[in-house]
Amino acid sequence: MELQSHPQHEAGGAISSSQTRSPQQVASEQVAAVALSGVDITFHIDGGKRYKAVTGIDLSVAAGEFVSVVGPTGCGKSTLLNAAAGLLVPSAGSVSIFGKPLSGLNRRAGYLFQADALMPWKTALDNVKVALEPMGVPDAEADAKAREWLGRVGLRAFVDRYPHMLSGGQRKRVSLAQMLIRNPEILLMDEPFGPLDAQTRQIMGNLLLDLWSKDRKALIFVTHDLEEAIALSDRVVVMSAGPAAGIVADYRVPLPRPRDIAEIRLEKAFHEIHRDIWASLRVEVQKAYAMGDGRELVGGATP
Amino acid sequence: MNRVKLFALQVLVMVVFLAIWHVITVYPLFGDVKTIQFFFSTPVAVLGRTFNQLTGTEIYWHLGITLTETVLAFAIGSAAGILFGFTFARHELLAAVFDPYIKASNALPRVVLAPIFALWFGLGIWSKVALGFTLVFFIVFFNVYQGVREVSPTVLANARMLGMNERQLFRHVYWPSALTWMFSSLHTSVGFALVGAVVGEYLGSSAGLGYKIHEAESVFDVTGVFSGMLILAIFVIAIDALVTMVEKRLLVWRPGQSSTTTV
Repeated sequence: MELQSHPQHEAGGAISSSQTRSPQQVASEQVAAVALSGVDITFHIDGGKRYKAVTGIDLSVAAGEFVSVVGPTGCGKSTLLNAAAGLLVPSAGSVSIFGKPLSGLNRRAGYLFQADALMPWKTALDNVKVALEPMGVPDAEADAKAREWLGRVGLRAFVDRYPHMLSGGQRKRVSLAQMLIRNPEILLMDEPFGPLDAQTRQIMGNLLLDLWSKDRKALIFVTHDLEEAIALSDRVVVMSAGPAAGIVADYRVPLPRPRDIAEIRLEKAFHEIHRDIWASLRVEVQKAYAMGDGRELVGGATP
Repeated sequence: MNRVKLFALQVLVMVVFLAIWHVITVYPLFGDVKTIQFFFSTPVAVLGRTFNQLTGTEIYWHLGITLTETVLAFAIGSAAGILFGFTFARHELLAAVFDPYIKASNALPRVVLAPIFALWFGLGIWSKVALGFTLVFFIVFFNVYQGVREVSPTVLANARMLGMNERQLFRHVYWPSALTWMFSSLHTSVGFALVGAVVGEYLGSSAGLGYKIHEAESVFDVTGVFSGMLILAIFVIAIDALVTMVEKRLLVWRPGQSSTTTV
């Protein structure tokens, strides 16, 4: 997709994307793993009202790039992700996956949900194994691969547990294995570590970076935690307060890899980036609060 | 309270009840003993008759008939309930169109259908199966319908993102969810299948537990009626225990059922 035809909104940050061009970005202009251009998403609410969640979204994610999307609560971050997944159809604009327009579900993507998405009636092993069934993998092979993946996420001893017998962090690990076992080319994550406690989030963040760095996939990571976004990503995209949210800033994170997300927060470079991004994010967060913590978002959206 | 003490108290309730019954019916406290025994029998006579029946062979034939009717009513009613529950849950329009009719048929007291079924299916087991069916069907239908509709949207979206087609979604998501709801009403639906069988037998038949009770009643044999009721109660408790066992096996993944057995 032609990224340049939709100029990105720039905040005054020193480290913004279009000024310093990395090789990855040049690659993304050739064929982006995910490219949203001019995407609008409008929801129809009861009584004929309409709510415009996001508007004019231009976002391009290159293969191998880890991009975080941050923004105030209710700004439509998840909506954006659902459009990339094909779970939502944009009311305007287009979504392209590796240069091809997306129709229906995004078959090349894996999705990690914020809420529990495991089948409660299946054990951890069966939950991971079932992900291979649509691909027609024979049962014995699927079994072996599922065990291997559960081992990789540190759950070798928990294969026979049902989801309710696992902790929140363990369930996320199963979900991670379930997503990654299919080897999707694009990873979409919707505040996946949101419900977890602070320590577990750091452990899960490091596990994610560890798994991702082995065969870098394009990854869109939605979060409201700016520190988490910076620690994990190559790029951080800031969204404005809803309704009709858009992208207000796009920052590159030039921190070296491999990273340890607990330690990287102590570095000077981290603080500088944090300060810059927070400067633009804070404005949006304050706007969201001024609107009554999202309560008036629906009421104010009548066409 | 420990279990021994609880059990002792439970037994005590039965002993007190039997003792009161015995005293009232054997000693002339409230008038002529013969008259009182005609209306209330005596615990010794009821227990004795029950024991004789249970050690004989004839009662098992009647129990077998009742059991056959119950199982058939449950199986056919469940199958139809599952089929219609699924179809209606997946087709909004169908559910909306039939909604008032389903509510109306479910509101109808099923006992009034018994004479019609006897007319249509004769006095054999099928009129009782039909009565049980009308009771079981709605319970299973409503539960399966709810189960399919209330699948967690996240679980469903996740399954679709894993690339599942309709058939796989059915097998891994809709079906287990519907079964959960159905099993949660298993006690009720099995109970109603039995109610249908016994009521059907009571209203017109030549075999079964309901027939035995009706037969005793028609000759003012109160001992026979109470004894039949006692056997019926034992039968229901046995079936219920069986259902509990099945339920424990099938719903092992549910929180609360087995979480205490794993460390």
